[in-house]
Amino acid sequence: MIEIKGLKKKFGDNQTLCGIDLTVDSDIIFAIVGPDGAGKTTLLRILAGIMRPDDGLINILGHDIVKNPESAKRYTGYLSQRFSLNPTLTVAENIDFFGTLYEVPKSRKEDRLKRLLEFSRLGPFKDRQAGKLSGGMKQKLALCCALIHTPRILLLDEPTTGVDPISRRELWEILYDLLAQGVMILVSTPYMDEAERAGEIMMLHRGKTLARGNLEDLKSKFHHKLYEMVCDDGRKAFEIIVGQLGDDRVVFFGDRLHLALDSEQQMLTLKTFIADAGLKINSLDQISPGLEDIFMQELLYAK
Amino acid sequence: MRNKSDSSDIAVSVRNMTKKFDGFTAVDNISFDVRRGEIFGFLGPNGAGKSTTIRILCGIIDITSGEGLIDGHSILKDQDKIKRITGYMSQKFSLYEDLTPYENLEFYGGVYGLDSRTRRSRIEWALNMSDLAERSDDLTSDLPVGYKQRLALGASLLHEPSILFLDEPTAGVDPSSRRSFWDLIYRQAQSGVTVFVTTHYMDEAEHCDRIAFIDSGKLIRLDSPGTLKRADLREDIIEIMADDWMKAFNALREKKESFGEVSLFGTRIHLRFTGDDFGDIESYLIGNNIHVESIRPVPPSLEDVFVALLNPYKNTEASS
Repeated sequence: MIEIKGLKKKFGDNQTLCGIDLTVDSDIIFAIVGPDGAGKTTLLRILAGIMRPDDGLINILGHDIVKNPESAKRYTGYLSQRFSLNPTLTVAENIDFFGTLYEVPKSRKEDRLKRLLEFSRLGPFKDRQAGKLSGGMKQKLALCCALIHTPRILLLDEPTTGVDPISRRELWEILYDLLAQGVMILVSTPYMDEAERAGEIMMLHRGKTLARGNLEDLKSKFHHKLYEMVCDDGRKAFEIIVGQLGDDRVVFFGDRLHLALDSEQQMLTLKTFIADAGLKINSLDQISPGLEDIFMQELLYAK
Repeated sequence: MRNKSDSSDIAVSVRNMTKKFDGFTAVDNISFDVRRGEIFGFLGPNGAGKSTTIRILCGIIDITSGEGLIDGHSILKDQDKIKRITGYMSQKFSLYEDLTPYENLEFYGGVYGLDSRTRRSRIEWALNMSDLAERSDDLTSDLPVGYKQRLALGASLLHEPSILFLDEPTAGVDPSSRRSFWDLIYRQAQSGVTVFVTTHYMDEAEHCDRIAFIDSGKLIRLDSPGTLKRADLREDIIEIMADDWMKAFNALREKKESFGEVSLFGTRIHLRFTGDDFGDIESYLIGNNIHVESIRPVPPSLEDVFVALLNPYKNTEASS
């Protein structure tokens, strides 16, 4: 349904996208995860038909989007990072306004408005001015506006940045609803733990794809054994381990350490060093790597 | 070791702190202590009162009632002193993009009123700490995000504050820059700087020694991330793997009221189980012609704890 080949975009001296290839051919939630400056926004804007690439091919539902960006707007709904709601219009008026922009026939607008208000749970607030909504509600309203023309594909640019975990979960509930209704979703996020919820994940860094696949595929790319260790004196243990392995292999959290090791033998050696320093290990478990661990590893390989 | 608890080790002490704005209670009778050199996380939904609390602790706004001591200085009487011993860094960095790193630090040195000798040595320290000694004459706008972030940290530490406030300090930076940033923060904490972190980022919260959950101005819970995850979840998190996971997921969503909230992690389904026996889940799925491959409890994430702790409050707020 979406096919991208050799997509490139440059701003001044900055090569924002350096040749992206991507095929998404089933109804899934597809996450594009990466830090600021990775190229997430540029990629989504190009897919939404509001920015032209320098080079590359894009096909969405059989339409050549590079030649005819306008056709993208018919099939995609796009939610930008800074959504542009009119603060003086009410919830219902904002949705209606976008319906007019997207040329939704009057006869259908009423029904869709009703359904959108229902599914976003914004019904009770339909007469409230957009400027007077909470952050989470504003975002839901923006999402309704992007859905008024019932797009087949939804493009969401960092919808949960600055949003607290509860509102974040509510938004994902809505995405699952949309997915069940047959809407394909591309969502960008800087949060690794959030990307883990998606059916497929693309790790983007400085305009290049670092890795791609579903969570299981990506986890199987992790070449080390990951351990979680709790010590009486975590910071001292951290210093000892850094002294042995360097700081690429160990991360210190408030009350525990994560170690990426090559073998169990290496673990046994470390345990000896830690015991020799008079520290007690309270618990030690092998754990499953998170996306952040995998991102770190792929970043090292890419260098 | 930072587990001593005699009073000289207390950097921040707050008792019954309340702040009202026009009848609205932003901070509601909060009490807590923070140890010197502790990394203290401040978590809560948008509008919970986190920023107000931090503005009070920085000496920027007054409290309505209660008392607080920052390094032994009263937040009621010694606000000027408190401004000098606190540092603040936000995700927005407050750096001048069209100045060089050196000029930015020079500017902050002036703001903090450092004499020229101290200023020179502190700028040199900050440039080394942020790994910018070689790039001190580049334009700040040309620096990668990770460097800007370390520069902002250097600027907030220029006057050697004893308390450092970090507001979502690593949002949007890549994981390797984030990890080196936290190494710097641990080093600061080691040398006795007390660090306050507010964030929506569970990855950041995991780095804290203790986490305070704030909601509607109240302190709901205060403990270490490990303890919170072990002790604070009434529901079990059940992980379900099924051959047709999408079908299983949709089937479970229909039973949300009796089984609990479901979410997807790749092809795995997580259920915040509110029932008694998770055999019920299995029979329900089998009844829907779904083959269950595995079903087992998994350790909760910090986000699970966040949602479990704060959701009840959110619901009462929405209905009122």
